[in-house]
Formats: sequence, structure tokens, C-alpha cells
Amino acid sequence: MTPIIEAHGITKRYGKVEALAGLELVAEPGRVTALLGPNGAGKTTFVNSVATLVRPDAGELRVAGIDVFGEPKKVRQVIGLAGQFASVEPAMTGRENLDFVARLFGLDRRAARTATEEVLERIGLADAGDRLVRTYSGGMRRRLDLGASLVGRPRLLLLDEPTTGLDPRSRRELWDAIRNLVADGVDVLLTTQYLEEADQLARDVVIVDHGRVIDAGTPDELKDRSGRDVIEVRPRSAGDLPVVEEVLASVGCEPPQTDIDTQRVTVGVVGGADELATVAGVLHDRGVALDDIGLRRPSLDEVFLSLTGQPLAPDDPQDPEPTADAARPLESE
Amino acid sequence: MTALTTSPATEAGLIPSAQMQPRGASFLTATGQAARRTLLQYLRTPQLIVLPTVTSVLFLFMFRYIFGGAITTGTRGIDYVDFLIPGFVATAILWTGMSATSGVAEDALSGVHDRLRSLPIPRASVLAGRSLADTALITWTLLVNLGLGYAVGFRAHAGFGSVVLAFGVMLVASLAFSWVFISVGLWAGNAQAAQGMATLWVVPLTFVSSAYVPVHSMPGWMQAFAKNQPVTAVINASRSLMLGGSQAAGVGHSTSYWVVIALAASVGILVVFGGIAVARFARTR
Repeated sequence: MTPIIEAHGITKRYGKVEALAGLELVAEPGRVTALLGPNGAGKTTFVNSVATLVRPDAGELRVAGIDVFGEPKKVRQVIGLAGQFASVEPAMTGRENLDFVARLFGLDRRAARTATEEVLERIGLADAGDRLVRTYSGGMRRRLDLGASLVGRPRLLLLDEPTTGLDPRSRRELWDAIRNLVADGVDVLLTTQYLEEADQLARDVVIVDHGRVIDAGTPDELKDRSGRDVIEVRPRSAGDLPVVEEVLASVGCEPPQTDIDTQRVTVGVVGGADELATVAGVLHDRGVALDDIGLRRPSLDEVFLSLTGQPLAPDDPQDPEPTADAARPLESE
Repeated sequence: MTALTTSPATEAGLIPSAQMQPRGASFLTATGQAARRTLLQYLRTPQLIVLPTVTSVLFLFMFRYIFGGAITTGTRGIDYVDFLIPGFVATAILWTGMSATSGVAEDALSGVHDRLRSLPIPRASVLAGRSLADTALITWTLLVNLGLGYAVGFRAHAGFGSVVLAFGVMLVASLAFSWVFISVGLWAGNAQAAQGMATLWVVPLTFVSSAYVPVHSMPGWMQAFAKNQPVTAVINASRSLMLGGSQAAGVGHSTSYWVVIALAASVGILVVFGGIAVARFARTR
């Protein structure tokens, strides 16, 4: 099957900032592909290139086999874009917003109406469809924005940080909406800096940093390939935390991480089971009482850490950075 | 495309076959939709309509009743109120049109333009729709302002047909200037900067014109600008038409001279700024 996205050697430079540095990506149809990376990794620049908004300096880019630079108009017929901001009109109702985009996609009045009703149902806004969007919550706006990208029946949906700035409940609702789409067979490229999001939604995860791909695969493959497991220890008394850290430091690939709130110390290790036995023995000998000790697979966060040597952007949905990719100067060029 | 017809998506009926794939709206449809969106913004955000009207009233009272007594028109038989109103109405093109800059800047910043540029439509249609909607809003303001003018004592000295003609000239100018405001909005970067940048040239263009005081009362160097700028041409054409001839209006050249100059200037502005705006909007970054 033709890949839904095929990108080779994509470069894009804004002044001194190299937003994309030879990015390679092939996204297979019938699945969600997540671009995972910190702010400024070039995620938005890439999505905007696919959406025909940004023209890369060099490289080859095809969407469903169509040359993006040669036939951008054809590409626009098969994509739906939901950017980082909910770009819906507050002075129109949800229904009017969807109808507006549907008409622009070239649907006639009746077809637009049908598509609008279908999408409203799908994104769970059928009851709120006649309310002005300015009365919507942030989560509802994001869902409507998702709906707007969908109403033209695209083959490829581009979602740029779809849940940035949403509270956990709205995030889950949006995830459900995205999962429903996927079940219906729309191909999705989504960018995210939330590992959980990539883990939850994507079949393929492409890790990007500094404008190039660092690694790609299913979440499981990435975790396997990092070749590490994580030992996690929770002492009964907080006073034992320094001892635990010391012991874990002696077996870990990098300094252990301590979460004071949950009183857990974690460290990535190679050869998990043996090291776990060692750690358990040493802690026992030193008289540290444990609530919990175990070996688990690494999170994508830890995979990212092991690949780049630095942590990903703080995974905190409550404190998003709305300006997003630093590599995308708004009007500065 | 054979691969597509066998994909599960097609079976589920979500993705139509290639022939049914929407091809994108025509220029006219897209322009209409874009205009409708902006008009709904105006209609459902009353302060966008009410504020310019209130500002107009303040302006009118200021010039009619505060400064008006001290200003002589220098043309025999023309009261200041008759001199003022055509200029007052014509300059409302700029004072009202200005609000488009912040609206356009907001659309650019909030991702609306990105979404619209990712759609299969002629990109110029988005701006054409905006321009039409803005012209509609300006038309409304011009009518209200003319009504206000009558309320404070203005009377057209010419027939109804001439007043309609004057209105026609102002409409063409409105359409032209809306593209200037759209251009400013696209370049500004944010709504506040847009508003500031618009004020920066609206103030000199309206005040250093024949709108509120006779140009011959200004210092010579200023007259040079005031006499030869497009807003003055639009004002003089309207004034001449409404007051029944260039003699009566004291505008020097003949009525048709001013009408031709006003229309030519408008077309020039339309072409130049239309081009600038569309190029800016359609560019890939």
C-alpha cells in the first residue's frame, strides 16, 4: 500500500534555527502515527509542511502518493488540519462552524448538512450544536476543532498537539474521540509532548529532537530497544530514601530519579532480574524496610531519556506552553 | 486508487471513493462563506457595531458644536454643517474600516488562517470575503452617519440621485480601503499592534484632508499633502455631488474631475493592496 506520508531528507531553516534537519518518516495507512518530542523539536514545522503551509528548503514529501510541493492543491483535498489552537469561530454555533468548513470543502448545502450532523454526533456535541461557541468550554472547543478537520472527510488527519492545555478529563474525552476516528479508518498524524498520549493513541511512535528522527517504532518496540528495565523501590520510611538512592545508583545506567510525593526511587538498568535480586539483597542487609520493590518496563519518558540523555519536556498537562514550538516563529521571518 | 477501495475505511463508509472526494469550494462559494463568517461576527458581537457608531456621534458633536463655530468654510452660502457632513461621512470609511485590522490579525494569530489555507479553496477568496463583509459594515455606518448629519441640520443641496452617486463613490473607496486594512492586519502580528498601525496612518489621512476644515486654512506644506491625497479626492467628490456642484461646494475643480480622481485612486489602492494582501496570505512560510 502507498504510505500515507512519505518524507525524505526534509530540511527547513528559519534564520539560524534549523527547524528540520533531514527528517525521514514513512507513515503507513490505517494507523495513528505520533511525532513525539520536546518543544522546538520541529514537530509543528513538519505538520505544517504536510499541510502545505510551510515550504521546506529541501527534501521529498508525499501524502497518499501526491507530491506535496508539486501538487499542494491536491494534497489539500485529502487532509484535515487541527492546529495547536482551537481555530473555531466563537461568534458562530458549533453547527455553523462545521457547516462553514464543510462548504469550503466543496460539499453542497445538503451534503454539508449531513456531514455536519454526523460529525457533531461523533464528537459528542450534538446537544450543544446550536450554542454559540463562545459559551463552550476549552475541551468542547478542541473537540469542535477536531470535528472541523474531519467534516471534509479527509484521508489524513493532522493533529498538532491536540490536547495541549486541556484538563485531564477533557483530554480523555478527546482521546476517545480520536480513537473512534481511528476505528473508522482515518489515518492520523499527531504531534505530542505527552508520552502518555503517544502510548495511548499511537500504533507508531516517531521520536524527534532537533529536527531529526531519533528512533521510531511501536511503543513496545521502543521500550524493548532501549534495552533497559526500570527498578522501582518504595521504602516504608522516607528516612531511608538516601540509602535506597545510593544502592540504586550503584546498579543504574544513570542517576536514579526520586519522586518525593510517592516516595519512589527509580533507575534504569540493563539485565533487570539479576540487578533486582542484588538490590533486594543489599537493601535487606542494610535493614531497609520496603513497601514495594519491582521491575517494570520503561515508560516512553525513560526511553526518551536513554536515547537523548535528557528528559523530555515536563509532562504536565496543567501547565502547557501555548507558544509551542520555538522553531516556528510566527511572523518573524 | 485500487488500494483505497479495499481499505477498511471505505468499507465503513467514512471515506468516499476517489470520485466522491470533495474537490473544494469555488471562488464564489468560498468568498460567500468567508463574508458570512465575518458578518456573523459583527452581528453577534454588538460592540463591534455600536462602538464605531458611538465614536461617530462623539466626533460629529465635537466638530458640529465645539469646533464648528470657530471654523469658516470660506465659501459663500455654505454653512459649516453642510461643509462638514460629506467629509464626516466619507472619513467614516477609514474610522470604521479600521476595525478590520484587529479582526484580521486575530484570525492570523489564532490559527484560523492556517486552517483556511489548508483547505482546497482559492486562497484569495478568504480575503475577498473579508473585504466584502467589511464593506457591508462600512456601508451601514455611512448610512447611519448621513442620518446623524441630517439630525444636526445638514441638508443636501442636490437631488436624491446625486446623493446616491456620492454614496456610490464612497462605496468603491470603502472596498478599496478595506484591502489596506486587511494588509495591515496580515502584517501586524497581533491585534493591538494592528490597531496601532492603522491609527498611525488613519489620523493623518483623515485630519490632513478637506474633511473637517478647508484645506486653504492649513500651512502651505501641509496643503500640498492635503490637496493631493486620495481621501480628499473622495471627500471632494462626495461634497461636490451632495452640495450641487463644485462651485457651491468650493472644491476648485469640477465635480466629474473629483469623481474620476476618487475612482481612479480607489482602483489603484485596490490593485496595489489587494495584491499585497493576497501575496502575504497565500505565501508558504
